[in-house]
Amino acid sequence: MIQLPPPEFRPLGVDGILVRFARELSEQANQRALAFRNQVDAMALPGVTEVASSLTSVRVAFDRELTDRAAVTRALQIACGKLDSADGSPKRLWQIPVAFGPDYAPQLAEAAALAGYTPEQAIAEIEAQTLRVIAIGFAPGQPYLGMLPPAWDIPRQTSLTEKMPNGALVAAVRQLIIFAADAPTGWRHIGQTAFAVYRPDAPEPFALAPGDAVTFRQISDSEFATLHQNTDTNGGATCKVLS
Amino acid sequence: MLTLTIHSVGPGVTVQDLGRPGWTARGLSQGGAADRFAVLEAATLLATDNQNAVLEMMGMGGVFSVSADTRIALTGAEMQASIDGTPVQHNTTQLLRAGQRLTIGGVRKGVYGYLAFAGGITTDPVMDSRATHLTAGIGHRLEIGETLQLGRDTDPLAGPMLLPQSDRLNGGTVRVMPGPQTDYFTADTLQSFAETTFQRSPRGNRQGIRLDHAGTGFATSGQLNILSDLIVPGDIQMTGEGVPYILLAECQTIGGYPRIGTVVPGDLPRVAQAMPGAALRFQFLTLAEADATAQSDQTVRRALRQLCQPRVRDPRDIADLLGYQLISGVTPGDDLERPRYDPQS
Repeated sequence: MIQLPPPEFRPLGVDGILVRFARELSEQANQRALAFRNQVDAMALPGVTEVASSLTSVRVAFDRELTDRAAVTRALQIACGKLDSADGSPKRLWQIPVAFGPDYAPQLAEAAALAGYTPEQAIAEIEAQTLRVIAIGFAPGQPYLGMLPPAWDIPRQTSLTEKMPNGALVAAVRQLIIFAADAPTGWRHIGQTAFAVYRPDAPEPFALAPGDAVTFRQISDSEFATLHQNTDTNGGATCKVLS
Repeated sequence: MLTLTIHSVGPGVTVQDLGRPGWTARGLSQGGAADRFAVLEAATLLATDNQNAVLEMMGMGGVFSVSADTRIALTGAEMQASIDGTPVQHNTTQLLRAGQRLTIGGVRKGVYGYLAFAGGITTDPVMDSRATHLTAGIGHRLEIGETLQLGRDTDPLAGPMLLPQSDRLNGGTVRVMPGPQTDYFTADTLQSFAETTFQRSPRGNRQGIRLDHAGTGFATSGQLNILSDLIVPGDIQMTGEGVPYILLAECQTIGGYPRIGTVVPGDLPRVAQAMPGAALRFQFLTLAEADATAQSDQTVRRALRQLCQPRVRDPRDIADLLGYQLISGVTPGDDLERPRYDPQS
């Protein structure tokens, strides 16, 4: 395992500190960021108002009326020192049904070919993975799931897909996204879920949290149609809390 | 029950408050008013809670009426406004009587105007806020014929109040603090950025504004390989061509373009209110200097309360001047020193 350099502490806004574990994405750096986020959350530091993670960094926001940059920085440096023993294992395991039929996966064959697979092999490999929510962002609740095996290090397409349906499973650079943005994208559309990552009117508007484990299960197009019509089950997804 | 009726409305009118903090980890930015200071000004004038929801009007207002008397305040961008044909002063409280027509036209100065009501707008909150967040699908742009519920004004006959005009509507110099990627730029690039005068581009919205300038862009090396990372409102990001964008209230939570620094929150209203073509320049602060500029909403409110004073009517604004008994009037004696409102300026 590669030894990561010590994290960088940087200001991000007058009320925030960014702790950056690496300037390049690796599973190790992402897991450290997620573990650090959990640890700082659990510490409930006085005056800390929000702890948010990205791929390899964590931003800690604080209320300047209650604390200051120096005090939060000191507390975070101590937390970093204890991080080696931090538990980065997932707290929840999701299983999300996906339709891979041609109508629901217009770019599956293309993406599979870039990775060196037939579509069937690609589906089997996706089903075999337990992925992690390595970041949430771009659109509300939208998860970046990683990391797929190295064969999936396929680039974004140079042209943009103007309109991706909500719940689309899209692939690029060893990651999958369950698409939730009303925005053009260069990621390829390889499957379709009926899963809403974000429901603003629900009591719990965001389904996934950083660090959650996610698996995908293939369903037929007709099963998808049934799940899509039934709005009570959130796409047939199940969530198991891990001890 | 107090109802606001929208008889006509511009294309960029939304309900806003100070936003919904705390959801960055889930991909939802705080949002809220593009010019937070204007919300605090309105709350000070009307002596209400900071969280009272207001109408934010980008560039153009609309025609409004209410079902019961209420005080209102117009803050932020200066917009042409009148009640049944009588001009309404900016940065003051006004009584809007039931059935009167409040007409708010185009901006004269600034971009985002605010219309606040003494009882606030009382639409159903989503995640503890009434702020419309268009990119997150919360709320919507208001449409003709819509009605909104308002809280009742408990003291509609309270004396009119006035706040001085702010100078934040004309662009100018804004202060920038270092961010996580400032050191991705060379010292030469940083210096040249600080010496450049930019113009606010016509391209912009609640997510951010683009800046135009003469000369080459402000790129980093390895521009396109930078890992996406957390962003905050005020961040100045460089696109692939090195064109700066300043991010505003409704920005995304994670972005991939490198950021040269962050406009301090106290100067972000000046950015939001800069009209297309207005000049903007940047002054880099040290971290300590930047931290010293931070002010809580409560501190801003205290300062605004000091500036808030009873409004003395300017004779030019009194339509039926000859109907008034002028000889026996008593004035505070300092009328000529008080700031005057001139609709032509």
